[in-house]
Amino acid sequence: MDGFEEEFDTEGVVKKFMFVNRKAPYGTIYALEILEMVLISAAFDQDASVVFMDDGVFQIKKGQDTTAVNMKNFSPTFRALEGYDVEKLYVEKESMEARGLTPDDFVVPVEVLAAEELSVLMDEQDVVIGG
Amino acid sequence: MLHTVNKSPFERGTFDSCMRLAKKGSTILLYEDGVYAAMKGIATSGKVEAAMADFSFFVLGPDLKARGIDEDKLIAGIETVDYGGFVDLVAEKGTVQAWL
Repeated sequence: MDGFEEEFDTEGVVKKFMFVNRKAPYGTIYALEILEMVLISAAFDQDASVVFMDDGVFQIKKGQDTTAVNMKNFSPTFRALEGYDVEKLYVEKESMEARGLTPDDFVVPVEVLAAEELSVLMDEQDVVIGG
Repeated sequence: MLHTVNKSPFERGTFDSCMRLAKKGSTILLYEDGVYAAMKGIATSGKVEAAMADFSFFVLGPDLKARGIDEDKLIAGIETVDYGGFVDLVAEKGTVQAWL
């Protein structure tokens, strides 16, 4: 059974993961599920970056208060990502501007990139997970 | 007649379909991700503002709060209602068409 153990010995393997958030936070479960995956990737010490584009930029909008809709407000969790060494947060400029938002509207500091710059980063990844 | 829209105007054609098919004078209620359409100064604001000549617009307050959208970010003339107001609109307008 030596071979069996060897086959699953993945310790030390670090891949570049990019999580691409494209959905608004509460209308569907995508946003929360992606966030769970980001945290899991961090637990496995992976090189994770997180992108917010299209309606995904609404996920990090300040001032969310879900008390009246009986749902979990998970926007504060984005602020905790730094503690898991997930520090590469990107917002697509075009999406942000179309929604009347500026970096001041976000709960976390982000790097704003134009689609053209983002496409280069995306192309450098080992794994891209969208939702 | 009451038309309800619960999808983001950026992501789906639901809002546009509603605008195309709703008869003038109808009432439109935006809720869930549909509330983003009520924001001013965004890419879709122009078409909503234009549609206000034909329809009366309402937006669900709890869904705005959940998404962090302040009242002062809304297009002028769109009225905010709570869950009770949603029920009142349904009772008042009779027929409801839900654009899902």
